[in-house]
This record gives sequence, C-alpha cells and structure tokens, in this order.
Amino acid sequence: MLEGMREFESPAALGDALDGAGYLPDRGLATATYLALRMQRPLFLEGDPGVGKTALAQTLATITGAELVRLQCYEGIDASQALYDWDFPRQVLHLRAAGGTADPAELEHSLYDRRFLIARPILQALEHAPSVLLIDEIDRADDEFEAFLLEVLADHAVTIPELGTIRALEPPLVVITSNRTREVHDALKRRCLYHWVAHPEFAREVAIVHRRVPEAAHGLAEQVAAAVARLRTANLLKPPGVAETIDWTRALHLLGVTKLDAETAEATLGAALKYREDLVRVQRELAGLLGG
Amino acid sequence: MDERLDELPDPVVTLTGFARALRANGVAADPTRLATAVDALRHVDPLDAEQVYWAGRVTLCAEPDDLPRYDAVFDAWFRGRLPPPPDASGRPATTLRMRPLAADAEADGPDDADETDDPLRTAASAAEVLRHRDLAALTDAERDEVNALVALLAPRVARRRTRRTRPGGRDAVDVARTVRRLLRSGGEPAELLRRAPRVKPRRLVLLLDVSGSMGPYADVLLRFAHAAVRVAPVSTEVFTLGTRLTRITRALRLRDPDQALAAAGAAIPDWSGGTRLGESLQAFLDQWGQRGTARRAVVVLASDGWERGDAALLGEQMARLARLAHAVVWVNPHRGKEGFAPVTTGMRAALPHVDDLVAGHTLAALHELAEVIARA
Repeated sequence: MLEGMREFESPAALGDALDGAGYLPDRGLATATYLALRMQRPLFLEGDPGVGKTALAQTLATITGAELVRLQCYEGIDASQALYDWDFPRQVLHLRAAGGTADPAELEHSLYDRRFLIARPILQALEHAPSVLLIDEIDRADDEFEAFLLEVLADHAVTIPELGTIRALEPPLVVITSNRTREVHDALKRRCLYHWVAHPEFAREVAIVHRRVPEAAHGLAEQVAAAVARLRTANLLKPPGVAETIDWTRALHLLGVTKLDAETAEATLGAALKYREDLVRVQRELAGLLGG
Repeated sequence: MDERLDELPDPVVTLTGFARALRANGVAADPTRLATAVDALRHVDPLDAEQVYWAGRVTLCAEPDDLPRYDAVFDAWFRGRLPPPPDASGRPATTLRMRPLAADAEADGPDDADETDDPLRTAASAAEVLRHRDLAALTDAERDEVNALVALLAPRVARRRTRRTRPGGRDAVDVARTVRRLLRSGGEPAELLRRAPRVKPRRLVLLLDVSGSMGPYADVLLRFAHAAVRVAPVSTEVFTLGTRLTRITRALRLRDPDQALAAAGAAIPDWSGGTRLGESLQAFLDQWGQRGTARRAVVVLASDGWERGDAALLGEQMARLARLAHAVVWVNPHRGKEGFAPVTTGMRAALPHVDDLVAGHTLAALHELAEVIARA
C-alpha cells in the first residue's frame, strides 16, 4: 500500500474520485487503475490517440496528492536523458578547485557524490514520494530503452555504478502509455497491468465534455459528440478522439456558438480533423454529418 | 469471512485452468501472468463477475488481439456458455473483418483467358472464399530454397541512421566520455573523443497478396517472407492481403521453416480467395501503417494488381503509403514475362506511387528484389 497516497476501498470509490477531479473512467479503467494502485504494478495503457491515456495519469496525480513526473519518449532516448546524468562541468570545477591538495582516493570518491548527479524524470520520481511517473508514448522510444525500464519497474530502483543503488522509499505509481506504433517487448508488458482504452460510448463522451467544458451552451456537447460519433464511422485517416471532441466544443464555445450548424462546423472543423484529405471529404458531406 | 466464499472452488485451480484455456486460444497468459492474476483476484470481490472479468483481463492479456479471445474464453469458462467452435474463423485476432464481396459471377481476367493452363490467367475470384492451406510439409528442395533466401538476405538488410550514437567518427564531440577521460587525468585537458550515429536495420514490411490469381507464387513469396523475418526478426513485419488483412509476422518468427509456414498457413483465412487490394491496404494503413509500421520503412507489396474492388481506392491508398514509407517496391510475378505491361486496373492505379517495380516469380528473380530492398 502506498502510504503517502490516498487509499481507495474499491474500484468504484477510485472511479468516483477520478470523476470528482474531472475524469470519467469506465468500469474497466477504474478496476485496472485500482489494481495498479493496490498491487503496486505499472499500468500499461494502449489505445488510439486522444482517448485520455495521458489525462488519466495527470488526474491520478491530482486525486492522490502525488507529484506528476512526466517522461516523454522519443527515438534515441537513453539513460542519461531518462534516468540520471553526471554534472560534468561541476565535477571538473570541483576537481580543479581541490587541486593537488587532497588525497587522490578521497578526491575521486568526492567526485561521484550525489550532489553531482542530475536526476532525470525516472530518478526524480523514485526520489519524490508520493509520485506518479508517466512514461508517455513508449512506442516512440526504441527497444534498447525498454531494457533500462525493467529494473525500475521491477524493483523501483536505479543502479548507478559509481554511486550504488537508489531505491524508492515509496514506489511511484507508474503509468506507461503507447499508441501501438510498434510492439513493446513482452518482458516489459509482463510486469505491467495491461489495459486497452477504447473510445467512450456516446453518453459517457457527452458527460466528459460537460465536465471539461462546463461553460459550453446547453445541448452543444450532445451535438458535437453526435457529429464526432458519425465522423468515427466515416472511414477517415485519423478518426477524432475524445480530446478532439473536447477541443471542438471549446472552439465552438469560444466563438460564441450555441448550436452546431453547417457554417460554424465548417469554420471549426480543424479542431476535430487533422488531415487535409479528411477535411476535404467531410466538408463535402457536411449536411449529412449534422443531420439526423 | 464471507461464507459464500466457502462454496467457491479454489481460485488458483480455477484460474490455472482458465489461463491454460486462454493459452490454447492464443492469448499470452503465461505462468508469470497467471501469478499476477491470482494476486489481482485477492484485491477484488471474487463474487462480482465484472470485477473478476477486469482483474483477469488486465493481468492475462497483452495486446488488443487478445481481447476478443479473452472474452470468448471467459464466457465459456465462467458463465458456462458453449465455447466457440475451434476452427480458425473463431479467431478474429489479427484478421480484419470486411464486408463480403457482392456475389458477382463475372470473371475479372481478359476474355480470351485460357483458364485451365496458364495460372497467370486465373482471374481474381469474385466471391469471398475462406480457405486455409496446409503448408506443413516442405520438400528438401524447398527447405534448401529457404536457406538460400536467408543467405541471400542476410548481408543485405537495408540500414538507416538512428538518433543513438556510438564512439568513433570524426564530427560530434562526445562530451560525456571526454570529460570522464579528463577527470581520470586529474582535470588536465585530454584528447577530444568523438561520437557518430549508430545504424540499425531499416524496417521491412512485406504485404503479400494471397488471392487466387497469385496462387502459384504465394508459396515462394511466403518462404521469402520467412527468410526475411529470420534475418531481421525485430524489424520485419509481414501481412497478407486478400479479402482481409492478416498479420502473420508472429507465425513466421518460428525458426523452423516447416513450423513457421504451417503456422502462417493456418493463420491466413482467405487463402486463394478474391482480391480487394484497396480495402486490405487501407486496413493495413489504418491499423498499422500510419501509426508507425510503415513510417521510414521499405514496404514491399507483392501482387499481380488484379483488383476486384475500386481501383481508385487502391490508387488513393498507394499514395498514402508512398507518403509514409521510405520506399515502396511492387513485386509483380508477371513482370518477368515477355511482353509484360502493367495494364491491370490495380497496377495502373498504383504505378505512379511505386519506387521500384520488380519481378519475383522465381528464386532468381528474388535476387533482384533482395538487391532493391538492400539499396532502398
């Protein structure tokens, strides 16, 4: 049990807490998150872009009172950018300042002191308690990077050859997200609880938009969610996610729109569709999109 | 303690059997995951079917393909319903369901086609026919061919520069290593150490048309695919196109060619069926390609270009593929024949977006393909 974090009695209680902070999970996601907290296992979230994987980690940090540490993955990311790095300029300065006066063994020892170590996100998360470590879009990193994570995820520890092993007093809650652009190694997945985040059903999506854009006119969220639901079945290059539904509603609200019609939809479609081909296609069939 | 729990069978025994049933259905429910599931069950209400369902799902599944299988086995195991029939149509897995082709008796090939003798003239079949092929027994000659292909491909994997670096080169200074060296020499300026980008195998994606008209060539192309996967297992992906999209990479990763090709044969549900290149290619791009599989990759599409569907859709999807991929190579088995002209509707639509058009009907022709892939 994470001592510093708030405890939840059941998946439903956790779901209510997330709901209270503006994130509406379905039963599956609430149970997966609840188990991740109880079992101190990383949560591995896969799903289409924009279904709320990153937002879940942010909301979890809010409701547990933990610090959110985010590690955005990219190709070529390595230990010195994700775990720790030595502060070389300061080490050199220290060495020059000490000059030839000190005992060489002592001096060498003092060079690899904790104060010369720069904590990158993962080490930060281990040293800060309580914390939520978000490893975002792990599929963008290359497979060599996954090996770095194994020790962290299994033992909540980072081993630094010159310094020793730094262990988290209180393991962070780890949330790993993937858009599934490549298959993540099974050794990593096996240590995690796996959850596929699906698009929410219509009623939940409307509720999410209400929660996120409470100022929007009455009925607008329903109209936008209905239009987005139709867009998702329209065979587009990039079907809009919940994030796009929220953006679109917000854009319409900022323009003072209270009812979605062809003219306002056309002007704001860019909030929901991100490919030119999709825009062109949908603009042609705009009446059908709004009708019904 | 809740006395209702006394009536329940031992959860460990139940879950072990459940995990075994999942494994038999292709879900990655290994013993490590089983142990996690047993642990997870202690944290939820074991009498609440929904909580048990989710506790099992998050611990025993590893990818979206597992989810429908998990649902089916969960129903059979815990809700006492009948298990799905054990034939391949019960494993939606890597297969995308598309609407069946409209019944259409009209043949696709040219009117003067001699349908019986020349396999090239076997028209793209109209109806969606689902059939599997038994590729289990390779002859010695075929096994030699696989080995020859491995030898052919091994030194020729295309490479790309990555963002990772290695010591060496002459351009960028490797600050970390230089300073570490400098610290060792007591802070005296030392030699500057350099770093250079690492190279990695470039991703290779093979899309194989397994429709009826490709029948005579599909075997050799599958063997080629197996060889490619063996040479670079991590960076090679293989899909089959027909009336559906099927991912067979996992099957082909088995080292033994007999086993690999048998598994691939079992995984392909639309063997020698019709051709809907445009739709299958769109399915590939939607589910895999655009998300990353086709990005920076060399994509090889093996097909004769006889398209049952809308050739305009194929052209559109080829354009999309060309924008994502590093290079697009089209393998047309007819290319090697005398008097070949890319006249099939699919071929015509696709051609503007193809970087290389090569033959691939024989082992010898595959040399050229390997060469093209290596150069890409």
